[in-house]
Amino acid sequence: MKIYEQTAANLSKLLQNKEVSSVEVVQSFLDRIELIEPYLKSFITHTPAMALDMASTVDNRRAGGEKLHPLAGVPIAIKDNISTRGLRTTCASRILENYIPPYDATVVETLKQVGMPLLGKTNMDEFAMGSSTENSAFYPSRNPWNLERVPGGSSGGSAVAVSSGMAPLALGSDTGGSIRQPASLCGLTGLRPTYGRVSRYGLIAFASSLDQIGTISLTALDSAMLMNVISGYDLLDSTTLSEPVPDYTIFLDEGIKKLKVGVIKENVSEDFDPEVTAAVMKNIALLKESGAEVDEVSLPLTDYGLGAYYLIAPSEASSNLGRYDGVRYGFNAGGESIDDMFSATRGRGFGPEVKRRIMIGTYALSAGYFDAYYLQAMKVRTMIRREYEAAFKRFDILVGATTPTPAFKIDEKIDDPLQMYLSDICNITDSLAGVPSLSIPSGISSGGLPMGMQLTASPLKEGLLLKVAGFLERERGHLPLRPKVKLPEGGEV
Amino acid sequence: MAIDFSKEVDYVARLARLTLDSEEKELMAGQLSDILDTARRIQELDTTAVEPTSHVVNLPAVLREDVTMPSLTLNRVLQNAPRRQKQFFRVPSIAGLNSEEVEE
Amino acid sequence: MKYEVVIGLEIHLELQTSSKLFCGCSTIFGREPNSNCCPICLGLPGSLPVFNRRAIELAVAAALALNSDVQEKSRFDRKNYFYPDLPKAYQISQYDQPLARGGYLQIEVDCASRIINLERVHLEEEAGKLIHSSESIMGSDYSLVDYNRAGIPLLEIVTAPDITSGREARLFLDDLRSVLLYSGASDCKMEEGSLRCDANISLRPAGSDELGTRAEVKNMNSFRAVELALNYEAGRQEEILAAGGTVIQETCHWDEERKKTIPLRSKEGSSDYRYFPEPDLLPLVLESTFIEEISAALPELPPARRKRLKEQYGLDASEAALFTFNRSLGDFFEAAAARYNQYANLAKWVQGDLLYYLRESGKNVEEVEPQKFVDLLTLLDKGDINRPVAKELLSEIVLSGTSPQKMIRDKGLGRISGDEQLLPIVEKVIAENPDAIENYRQGKEKAMAFLVGRVMALTGGRADPGEANKLLKEKISRK
Ligand SMILES: [Mg+2]
Ligand SMILES: [Zn+2]
Repeated sequence: MKIYEQTAANLSKLLQNKEVSSVEVVQSFLDRIELIEPYLKSFITHTPAMALDMASTVDNRRAGGEKLHPLAGVPIAIKDNISTRGLRTTCASRILENYIPPYDATVVETLKQVGMPLLGKTNMDEFAMGSSTENSAFYPSRNPWNLERVPGGSSGGSAVAVSSGMAPLALGSDTGGSIRQPASLCGLTGLRPTYGRVSRYGLIAFASSLDQIGTISLTALDSAMLMNVISGYDLLDSTTLSEPVPDYTIFLDEGIKKLKVGVIKENVSEDFDPEVTAAVMKNIALLKESGAEVDEVSLPLTDYGLGAYYLIAPSEASSNLGRYDGVRYGFNAGGESIDDMFSATRGRGFGPEVKRRIMIGTYALSAGYFDAYYLQAMKVRTMIRREYEAAFKRFDILVGATTPTPAFKIDEKIDDPLQMYLSDICNITDSLAGVPSLSIPSGISSGGLPMGMQLTASPLKEGLLLKVAGFLERERGHLPLRPKVKLPEGGEV
Repeated sequence: MAIDFSKEVDYVARLARLTLDSEEKELMAGQLSDILDTARRIQELDTTAVEPTSHVVNLPAVLREDVTMPSLTLNRVLQNAPRRQKQFFRVPSIAGLNSEEVEE
Repeated sequence: MKYEVVIGLEIHLELQTSSKLFCGCSTIFGREPNSNCCPICLGLPGSLPVFNRRAIELAVAAALALNSDVQEKSRFDRKNYFYPDLPKAYQISQYDQPLARGGYLQIEVDCASRIINLERVHLEEEAGKLIHSSESIMGSDYSLVDYNRAGIPLLEIVTAPDITSGREARLFLDDLRSVLLYSGASDCKMEEGSLRCDANISLRPAGSDELGTRAEVKNMNSFRAVELALNYEAGRQEEILAAGGTVIQETCHWDEERKKTIPLRSKEGSSDYRYFPEPDLLPLVLESTFIEEISAALPELPPARRKRLKEQYGLDASEAALFTFNRSLGDFFEAAAARYNQYANLAKWVQGDLLYYLRESGKNVEEVEPQKFVDLLTLLDKGDINRPVAKELLSEIVLSGTSPQKMIRDKGLGRISGDEQLLPIVEKVIAENPDAIENYRQGKEKAMAFLVGRVMALTGGRADPGEANKLLKEKISRK
């Protein structure tokens, strides 16, 4: 039994039965990191000492007979846009390369309380802007299924770490698909919770009305266990929801008879890779065989989602990223006058995609354009929400592909922003509507790459999504999907 | 009708305080025109009588009690400062700033 | 051509909360630089704002006191601009859905009542503070930033262009300040920057309805500076117009030393704040009971009090104004008036000697017991003590709070009179001043005044001058 190949749920059992110690668990992942991280580049900052330290604390507490949380001692990797006290948090940007937050994000504080050792901070697209992790100011991450391919993004590092056995669980953030799309490209389960379900306090903002922290895991059960930890109302985030948090693991064993499933026509499009659509349909067939009521549904506004998203998100981003001005923290390019310093700091500190989005957003909000762009986009957002509300009157869940294709090649889309944006086409409208959305593996392509399927429910119905995911896992009986990492110098690990 | 973004680049870059070199400007002008062309498709939709959604959470604001909490220590406040002088953050001359942007 | 002056004011006011608007940092003034700061008010990446209930309550109280219509639903927006004192590069403010709309303040200008209308009252956050390396901004090659003030709740009050002179602006500000102090919203300390005022001023031909091109005047650091600056600017614009020129729209600074307005150099293009709804804060929804409770808790406000003071106690306009503006002095007056009905005399003593001794001693009027003050006036009225003694006792009441009766007993400060007490002193004065007696006998009335003065001096002022005069005359004529 290799420890690093275990799911979080299995590790939890092993730890609770005292079959392994948390230090052993952490050490196993650290060894794995040492072996393959040089090829995958999924981390920006490694924290082995901190992880071992936290692990031994948990072991001591357990030895002392203390009643611990099920995930106590199970390590985790955290996307590098989530603030960690005393630990560099870069957002994969030059502008924050040396920034050390003096505070923990609410989710980090919770993980520490639970006793989940932190393995490191994971790579991402700079400020979570991107779909391939190529926009990291430091280095791109590589897809463990094929090192020539991107892992998706922006939570690419988190997906790579979990997929390759360098971490059993990871936190990501999803603004317009940044958890679901990399989860899909790496064969993982990625949950974007309902907006407001998980505190954003300490999550470095990209687009505040869209950003949500969520889980990247091997299985639905692992996701449910982690959701139990991170969900809930936070006094420090006014936009969190106060509804009680259910135990998400209880949904996993429920049946799906009479479940009303709507297949989103636009997300099983003829324009997509046929293998992707076929895989989705195969899973839908499984649901149908088991008593789900399946019908097709059209969400015509999906076509306009991209436009609305690429106005709203950059607009909010242009404002959120104003604070990187070289005064209080971060990179400072110097300058004779304050304006020189502001412009040089930002001009040199931000990468091209970030600058592009700041430009779009600044333009969309500027005098004379506000109504035509930003305001219109917010109205379209209302229409999209209504379209979802109408759909959820007919269906319990909506399904489709997570991404139009399996993982694309590194450098394939980097010079064509619009093509890159289109890889999130299935993810964006869920974000705009604020509804929970889950990507699960749907199958493996003939080229040996994982493909994903996206399940969407109405607000706060994460449990329903996890139930369907759990059901499909059982039916297919072949999860979790694990790649063999083919090393460039030969050999597989 | 495509937007010629090249005319806007200088103004927007100035507004956003971004120094862009000429190569970046040219590249960006083209890319932004394309992106905005796509984004502008939303203008086809009739949104009369549609209220804008600025928050998906449909709740009123939360109020906290007026209780003081410990602030950060001065060391923590200044630990990330690129330029500091004693207990202050230090910045270059603010002379020449557009006065319109100085108000509260 | 005759011109009329059109002025609108924009007032920023720091609300008197313990913690900042969006975080728990203290609002105490004068702490060590950057010591009242946390991730939220420093705008650290990932931090989020949460409303301070007290700030909302105070803002609502102030708005209600200004007769402004508090909105059931208002919204917060981001005002984006770059400036080193602005930690997030945006100010959380209110744009098209302010906390309160409209409102007015009734003021008195030369005994006539005037209504100054308000456009809006809204809530926003304060910025930090810049300290320049040399006296002037232009001459400084660097600046230092202190974020202690960043995030303190600010109320912005915008008036309609209803004000017609610098003096009227000042009177309005006096009254506004008074109303805001009564509402408890702010300490209104201009010297600590907790109240600031900018103005828009333009001229138009008398009787015209159109607004002329306006200038914005900033950096006025006292109400007096507001009056001077606006008068100066009105004169400057009138000169331009009278000479057939045109006023250009610009922002200028009031230069306190040179006593003139200086236009600020302004770069091409106007500001573009890119306002949009603050995604981190949900709309502010105020229940009507919340607003009603605050309304019910408001005290009697200055315009009403001023009117009542005149009617109830027969005070004149300046007395009523003083006891309104100086709220605690007014409270003292009313407490004393409940025990003493010679209101005119009471008002005279309160605004005269009492105020004098309070200033002398640096004490607050709250420390003086109205009953002791009333006892003192009653003793004086009965003739048990004379005015100089009364003043001496008042000084002591202010300083130590000792009761006047006790002091009279202990120090023997009662009146010196009659054959037993006063006569020996009269005789001593006569014996010591033969020349004056001689002069008096020769008909010089002034000599008598001198002799009475001597008696008063020897008795420490405790004799009655009339009685001294009478005794002196009796004694001198007998000799
Ligand atoms: Mg303002
Ligand atoms: Zn603070």
